[in-house]
Amino acid sequence: MADVLRASGGRREELRAPSSAWRRHREWITPTLLLAPGLILFLLIIVIPTLQSFRLSLYDWDGLGPQTWVGLGNYRELISDPQFITSLRNNVIWLVLFMIAPVGGLVLALLVNQRIRGIRLAKSLFFMPLVLAPVTVGVVYTWFYDPTFGMTALIFQAFGATAPAILSDPQLVTFGIVAAALWPQIAFCMVLFLAGLNNLDEDVLGAGRVDGARGFLMFWHVVLPQLRAASFIALTVTVIGALRSFDLIAIMTQGGPYGSSSVLAYQMYEQAIFSYRMGYAAAIATVLFAVMAVFITWYLMRVVRAERSRDR
Amino acid sequence: MSYPLPIQQAKPTTRALYPIAIIVVLALWLLPLFAITLTSIRSAEDLMVGNYWGWPKSFNLFENYQAVFTQTPMARFFLNSIVITVPTVFFVMILSTMMGFVLARYRFRGNMLLFALLIGGNFIPHQILMIPVRDFMLKVGLYDTPYALILFHTVFQTGFATLFMRNFIAELPRELFEAAKVEGTSPWQVLWHVVTPLVRPALAALGVLIFTFVWNDYFWALVLTQADTVRPVTAGLATLRGQYVTAWNIISAATVLVAIPPVVMFFLMQRHFVAGLTMGAVKG
Repeated sequence: MADVLRASGGRREELRAPSSAWRRHREWITPTLLLAPGLILFLLIIVIPTLQSFRLSLYDWDGLGPQTWVGLGNYRELISDPQFITSLRNNVIWLVLFMIAPVGGLVLALLVNQRIRGIRLAKSLFFMPLVLAPVTVGVVYTWFYDPTFGMTALIFQAFGATAPAILSDPQLVTFGIVAAALWPQIAFCMVLFLAGLNNLDEDVLGAGRVDGARGFLMFWHVVLPQLRAASFIALTVTVIGALRSFDLIAIMTQGGPYGSSSVLAYQMYEQAIFSYRMGYAAAIATVLFAVMAVFITWYLMRVVRAERSRDR
Repeated sequence: MSYPLPIQQAKPTTRALYPIAIIVVLALWLLPLFAITLTSIRSAEDLMVGNYWGWPKSFNLFENYQAVFTQTPMARFFLNSIVITVPTVFFVMILSTMMGFVLARYRFRGNMLLFALLIGGNFIPHQILMIPVRDFMLKVGLYDTPYALILFHTVFQTGFATLFMRNFIAELPRELFEAAKVEGTSPWQVLWHVVTPLVRPALAALGVLIFTFVWNDYFWALVLTQADTVRPVTAGLATLRGQYVTAWNIISAATVLVAIPPVVMFFLMQRHFVAGLTMGAVKG
């Protein structure tokens, strides 16, 4: 009898033991379990492929056969590849012209930051290009630029001139595509700046006005410093957006005419999908990554510093 | 008080001109959209005689949009896009709530590193992933299936979404979590009974954003799919353009159709959408 009791008690102990162990450790087991699926997938689909691309850039590979080690051969070839220079130059043009977006976005935000009837609808309509697919924007602007029946044709005919074929002119094509890309990008920056304008410190504004700050001085010394967070984000998304440009080029020109509107992202795609030069494509992607890493590092340093100071 | 000064305090002429200025700027701003919509209801006759900007000879709204669905595989592309986008949004919400909760509420070594990794992952060029991810999908047999896009988008968007949820959960009142701890509530219960009900607005904002991002994706649609039975609307539209070079009214109608879901989503959930996009813009 006593044995039975002890046995059952023992069993009860056994049952309780794991549950108390679970309770003791759940403080770290649960978070680990919650992080695990996302983290494993992130490693598998983002981190490891990034490293694989770095490695692949040192090989020659057609995508099917064996990979041949070429060391820095792909990079050496890049430096003397005129197409690479053109793509890189176009990336710089994108980057420089895209700086219009934060400025334009701020101007539009200042224009509509009023409280009158219907202004909410007006704001939504201003935001609209932002939610359109780049493919949509690309088709719309291709048609807009058409030299025989597009908008440009209409404008030039009004002045009695012949419209230039923007998308088939190597000198103009990149500017034409950037103009199309600026449309949603300006809307994006406008959204960010409107949020910033809605959070201005009223006391500081009031003090500025009492001190007689007006016009540009007021804007530059009182308002703009308070828009620092919005400007920082607008600048970041604009730089990243400019360097990531792919969709519009693929839709509007496929890098043409004769590669004159290509950028690194598009040239990489072309080399991999149409020329089966995986190693060379990976080298282009690595260069693009390196350029963007400069901006990403700059951004990360600022954000991590802000996080640390918030913790304290 | 706001900046710029309220228009109500301006001179009467400025006050009268202001709405007109807004309308003029807005009309120019949306001119491309207006033009494509107008073309989408034109007849082939109009296009033949080059009437792209004048008054349409006839309004072919119904005929053109019907043609998109009956003469092109656009309906199929639409279905494909939905099959890809909806599960992705769902999975991203679950994964990012789980990860965001841990990153916001637990201090552990590597928390900041993980945070930095997620931001970095969100900003890298897609091309650096292209060849290995395509290879991976080929190897596991997912290439040219909707699962390839669902898997990739889920993981990629989870990076951004986790940051978003982390920031939102970190802002929740600390007392809630302390009270739960005192009562000996398990982390799962905290996540389910405390966090989940409170993050609903964040999930709504995230849902619209992720829907738009994934719906609008073109690059990965090109890289991971080939067949018309799998391709989403963006890649589908690009293919149509190659086939219907001269039928600009049909292409325009298809373009408008591709734009409708994100635009409708945006107007329905505008506050959430803007709140999501500007999360970091207010305080940095």
